[in-house]
Amino acid sequence: MSTTTAQTSAAATEPESTQHKPRRTRRRGETGLVGALTSHGVLTVASLIALFPVLWLVYLSLGPDKDDYLHPGRIWSKMTFDNYAFVLSDTNFFDWLKSSLIVSLGTTVIGVLIAATTGYAVSRMRFPGYRKFMWVLLVTQMFPIAVLIVPMYQILSELGLIDTYLGLILVYCSTAVPYCAWLLKGYFDTIPFEIDEAGRVDGLTPFGTFARLILPLAKPGLAVAAFYSFITAFGEVAFATTFLLDDEKYTLAVGLQSFVSEHDAQRNLMAATAVLIAIPVSLFFYLVQKNLVTGLTAGGTKG
Amino acid sequence: MTVAIDRATGKRRGDRAPRPGLGQRLRNSYQKHWYAYAMIAPVLVVLGILVLYPLAYGLYLTLTDANSLNTARTIGVNEIEATYKFIGFDNYADILWGDTSYDRFWSHFIWTIVWTAACVVLHYSIGLGLALLLNQKLRGRTLYRLVLVLPWAVPTFVTVFGWRFMLADGGIINSALESLHLPTPLWLEDTFWQRFAAIMVNTWCGVPFMMVSLLGGLQSIDASLYEAAEMDGASAWQRFRYVTLPGLRTVSSTVVLLGIIWTFNQFAVIFLLFGNTAPDAQILVTWAYYLGFGQQPRDFAQSAAYGILLLGILIVFTSFYRRWLNRNEQQLAI
Repeated sequence: MSTTTAQTSAAATEPESTQHKPRRTRRRGETGLVGALTSHGVLTVASLIALFPVLWLVYLSLGPDKDDYLHPGRIWSKMTFDNYAFVLSDTNFFDWLKSSLIVSLGTTVIGVLIAATTGYAVSRMRFPGYRKFMWVLLVTQMFPIAVLIVPMYQILSELGLIDTYLGLILVYCSTAVPYCAWLLKGYFDTIPFEIDEAGRVDGLTPFGTFARLILPLAKPGLAVAAFYSFITAFGEVAFATTFLLDDEKYTLAVGLQSFVSEHDAQRNLMAATAVLIAIPVSLFFYLVQKNLVTGLTAGGTKG
Repeated sequence: MTVAIDRATGKRRGDRAPRPGLGQRLRNSYQKHWYAYAMIAPVLVVLGILVLYPLAYGLYLTLTDANSLNTARTIGVNEIEATYKFIGFDNYADILWGDTSYDRFWSHFIWTIVWTAACVVLHYSIGLGLALLLNQKLRGRTLYRLVLVLPWAVPTFVTVFGWRFMLADGGIINSALESLHLPTPLWLEDTFWQRFAAIMVNTWCGVPFMMVSLLGGLQSIDASLYEAAEMDGASAWQRFRYVTLPGLRTVSSTVVLLGIIWTFNQFAVIFLLFGNTAPDAQILVTWAYYLGFGQQPRDFAQSAAYGILLLGILIVFTSFYRRWLNRNEQQLAI
């Protein structure tokens, strides 16, 4: 028995077999010194690459002059928070923030409310046209913006909804609704059928089962769907850039671009605004990110 | 009321013996399924209004010569009627094989394919590599994980500007290259380097998603499979090839499909990195946007036609992809 163990572990942990120490038994998943060092090295380099552009943005935002990004060395000696003060007091930052929040929250609420029953229906029931409906949901999610942007622009300008929050919310709902339905289906699939059956046996209608039993259980799923539609609407660039004309109604994604125009490039202010946007969003992201991936891939794999 | 909860097995119901008449079947089907339809009704209505109608309208526009000079518009108090006319499939013909169609469509098409393939391969391989490293018992791996997710946590429209500062002529990247006596390419002006920079930035933005999803996949692989493989004397590579990769199959197929769709449709990175300054580095999506909104007069019809073509490409690709994935399974999932 002991010989077998020695052989397999030698074969299994090949890179370390060069070490000629009296070896202690190693559990699976543990790596030798060389392996651990390499892993740490690679991960450190990768972390630095992931971190650097963001840190650089923070660093540049402290330089008072708009061409400081070309001479980063000079920033060190004259670091200041002036840019932040200026952005917060003398630009439309809070207007932009308000627009972003109105549009994203509007999209989120409509998206989740409308999609919830549908997610449940496609998770639990098979009806004629089920396949076609799922196909439509899938295809709608992969619409390139170029498909809808021109007709939407025409339709909204006929309705007088260009440069309004409602117009933008409606446009975002075209992707948010199918997206939420898909995500929620994935989540409802993980709730056992026995719960529905118990509800039905006790005399609940399908709607009652959904509203009283499933919905309370699905709160984490609803949160993920809500968060996803929020973040998508918050970071959307193309529609917001095209459909918002008034610079007080810009969302943050559009407002940030407006710092660099053909005549003037206030890069220091831009960097400061970028940091101001990035901090709350990324904090929020870190709070929920664990649930995010499971939600997203569950919908896809179960098709 | 009949219970129509089917446990999602996809099996047909058994009772098929005598086929009732059409009216009877409709009535049965209505009784059995009316609440399913009631539940999907809100989404159907929304999709009908917000997706199907604009899509149909867009399709119609592609068959006209609409641009910003002949569509209905209001200038001051004057309302100008639309004067564009129906021209059939001329737009598509012009895009696909008209004069200079290579410069206008095919060159962007090829670049879009290269862009998508390069980005997704890089996303996947780097993401898988990092996920494998993070899946070991390693000191401080939570910290690594948190830091590595950062590019995903910060909105793209923010980080792209960070990259723009770094890539600018005289920015930190070129300064660093110069101090190492390496050539300093014009990242934001020269076509090849624009493309290179776009792929680089998008890779940076997209790796965390792949990494986190694949890490989730890795953690769900049953540890006893590795144990069994070790007992059989499988080498590290063999364990990777015959346990890890097959175990990741479902997660991989989903994230690769999502990655391809997202990269193909990626608008923000290229639009924000170059604006309108780089006609040759535009992928089809941003190019269609440029035609419709970035130039004067705005060419709505051509832009919409590009949109329809793009959607066509994606639908064809996705259905082949899913068919290929499900080639061994009896039932096609969608």
